[in-house]
Amino acid sequence: MATTAHEPPKIEKHGDQPQPPGNSGNGGWRNIAPANGKRPAVKDYSPPPASTGIWVVIASIAMTFAAFTSALIVRQGSALDWGHLALPPVLYLNTLVLFASSVALEVARRQVRVFFSGDNTAAAKPTLWLYVALSFGLLFVVGQYVAWRQLRSQGLFLATNPNSSFFYVLTAIHALHVLGGLGGLVRVIRRLDLSILRKSTLDATAYYWHFMDALWVYLLLLLWMKL
Amino acid sequence: MHDVAKHDAGVHHAPTSFIAKHVFSLDHKVIGKQYYALGLVAALVGMSLSWLMRLHLGWTNAAIPGLHLLTKNGAPGDVMTPEFYLQLMTMHATIMVFFVLTTAPFAAFGNYFLPIQVGAEDMPFPHFNMMSFWVTFVAFLVLVSSFFVGTGPTLGGWTQYAPLSALGEVGGPGEGTGVVLWALSIGIFCVGQLLGSLNFITTTLDMRTKGMSLWRLPLSAWAWFVTSCMGLTAFAVLMPACILLILDHVAGTSFFASSNIVINDQMQPHSGGSTLLWQHLFWFFGHPEVYIAIVPGMGIVSHVLITNMRKPMLSHRVLVYSMGTLAVLSYMVYGHHMFVSGMNPVSSLAFSFPTLVITIPSTIIVLIWLGSLYGAKLRINAASLFALGFISMFIAGGVSGFFLAQPSLDIMLHATYFVVGHFHLVMGVAAMFGIFAGTYFWFPKMYGRMMNETLGKVHFWLSFVGAYAIFMPFHYLGLAGNVRRYQAFSPDYMQPLIPLHKFITVAALCMGAAQLIFVYNLIHSRFWGKPASGNPWQATSLEWSTPTTPPPHNNFGDKLPEVFHDPYQYGVESSVGDYVMQASPEKVKTEHDEA
Repeated sequence: MATTAHEPPKIEKHGDQPQPPGNSGNGGWRNIAPANGKRPAVKDYSPPPASTGIWVVIASIAMTFAAFTSALIVRQGSALDWGHLALPPVLYLNTLVLFASSVALEVARRQVRVFFSGDNTAAAKPTLWLYVALSFGLLFVVGQYVAWRQLRSQGLFLATNPNSSFFYVLTAIHALHVLGGLGGLVRVIRRLDLSILRKSTLDATAYYWHFMDALWVYLLLLLWMKL
Repeated sequence: MHDVAKHDAGVHHAPTSFIAKHVFSLDHKVIGKQYYALGLVAALVGMSLSWLMRLHLGWTNAAIPGLHLLTKNGAPGDVMTPEFYLQLMTMHATIMVFFVLTTAPFAAFGNYFLPIQVGAEDMPFPHFNMMSFWVTFVAFLVLVSSFFVGTGPTLGGWTQYAPLSALGEVGGPGEGTGVVLWALSIGIFCVGQLLGSLNFITTTLDMRTKGMSLWRLPLSAWAWFVTSCMGLTAFAVLMPACILLILDHVAGTSFFASSNIVINDQMQPHSGGSTLLWQHLFWFFGHPEVYIAIVPGMGIVSHVLITNMRKPMLSHRVLVYSMGTLAVLSYMVYGHHMFVSGMNPVSSLAFSFPTLVITIPSTIIVLIWLGSLYGAKLRINAASLFALGFISMFIAGGVSGFFLAQPSLDIMLHATYFVVGHFHLVMGVAAMFGIFAGTYFWFPKMYGRMMNETLGKVHFWLSFVGAYAIFMPFHYLGLAGNVRRYQAFSPDYMQPLIPLHKFITVAALCMGAAQLIFVYNLIHSRFWGKPASGNPWQATSLEWSTPTTPPPHNNFGDKLPEVFHDPYQYGVESSVGDYVMQASPEKVKTEHDEA
């Protein structure tokens, strides 16, 4: 029987002892607290899992809404019962409110950065803008509820026709995600108050919140074009 | 080694109360064991249901004592009704696919060993991790509860094709509440898997210890990473499908229920729903799900084989690339499940091509295994035997996939037992063998005791022979025109096939009984097995470098390991033998050095 010779495994050689390669993982590297100790709350070297994780979450939500979109398009083409639905005008106002919330969060993020750099001693400011962002977010959800009430008053319910079905489903699922984001904002405020907020937590919450904006604009365009 | 204090992601203190330690635990190892236990219970339930189905197929009018306990109206006189047969079939498939093949090789072993293999203390989001298990557990309870609610579980098959699934109770027993519970269960399951995928991906990318580059990850870790990427996108699509299906039931919408359906002379109220829409959404998840079930097994089997061959695979990187290619292609082939669904023939052609292409990475993986095994002095133990069995089943089941990938053949074979034989071998049994290989291999690390090798080998041979005795005849039955999903074979041309069905039933009962050997071995070894050393297989990856066995709460004690080597340094000269561990700073001597 023939025997196949295999190459010996490759051993990296760096001096007397093998060393970790330069592109090594970062589990033990980026989670280091800053050395100067001047930033008690926001750590410059925050643990990266939240930064990576938020993109994973965003990818997952994007896939969910891609599935809903394809469902809408296929359902529209499958039968002749697809009518026209006038979008409640309050939706446009809600859009502005959600944008305002994002702007407030960005202002808060800058304030937090300045605050923890030690140049600004106005401790209340970052929290104030976070509360503004939170309030606008809540207002958006209330506004969506008003839109549903307006549709109901026109006799358009969830099962009235496929247009209204998709309107309620898409806006409700988006609102649920916004509520999740509001929970994230509350967590940020609490951690900021306790001086245990990580930069990555704040950044991740901000990315999620801005993604909610982008997602809502996409949904509004989709509903406007298709319904 | 470097200080643990530098890590703070995923860090939590060791619990002290029983509840925090064993029930609502944040520890990835406990969560992995919980997933394993759930998978084991689900496997026993699912297997028992298949026994009932097989008994009915062999002896259609025979009474099965106690059957009436499972159903209100489905077993008068303990004789199974056709509807109850379909309900059992649906539950068997759903439980096996979701709660066994997805949970055990991916969520159970992955949870336990991925953080250790990358050199982390835990996953970065332990609360999400705990939620992922308990959410999955609730999903299982919701699904099983449908046996005891209303007219029983749904009978629409694990694929839940519309419009039947969207019509409500008028569609048959279980098509009302049963479908709602099914969709609710699977929707909840999706949430659990998404939370799990989030943790797996971030653990792999961000929690690796010093020196653990991506290419130094063991193949099992790569497989879990690839699987989590698939799960992230696949379950994110199935969940909205389940939401829409539930709404068709409880809110009167018409997403999937089409117009002009008349049942019992009654026009159904739905209008305009798209029956194909459900299939598109379901199979966009459904085909990646096949790989979600099998890719972890590929990683586990590779890991086990390398350790027992005492040499690395012919190409570590090509194997990883092939698993990644499988993941990408798995989204492009889903339409081959719909060749007979009225899809445009051009679409069938478009889906047929990638379906044939996806055999290339699968074949490459198999060839790497076989090429690596060639000339290797394989250590024969229960783990390596099941790894070989995995390859055997994957090849045997995969070959029939070539036939089914072609629409012209699939049209003839799609609704027959040929397909049942195909997917049971390539996805079901192969994945189960992967679970067994992982269990025999990692049990010593998980519980600090060895499993009984003799019982393990007996378990393997009975399972190996049993699996072929059950599923190879399915291919013959399919070629002979035996339609699947039928509860009895009354047409004349199928009468001669009934003796073969009886043989298969006997084989299924014997193979099922053989699994009791495994369960006995598992429980007996857990408490009375021979104490295991820290590294009984002389393996190299980080799970064998823990300071204690089983690993301590934070996996590596006061110091996290530092990685110096590629994952599979076998066939070298070192102070410990023919291998060097990843965390060992020892510079090993190679043939190249001597030259």
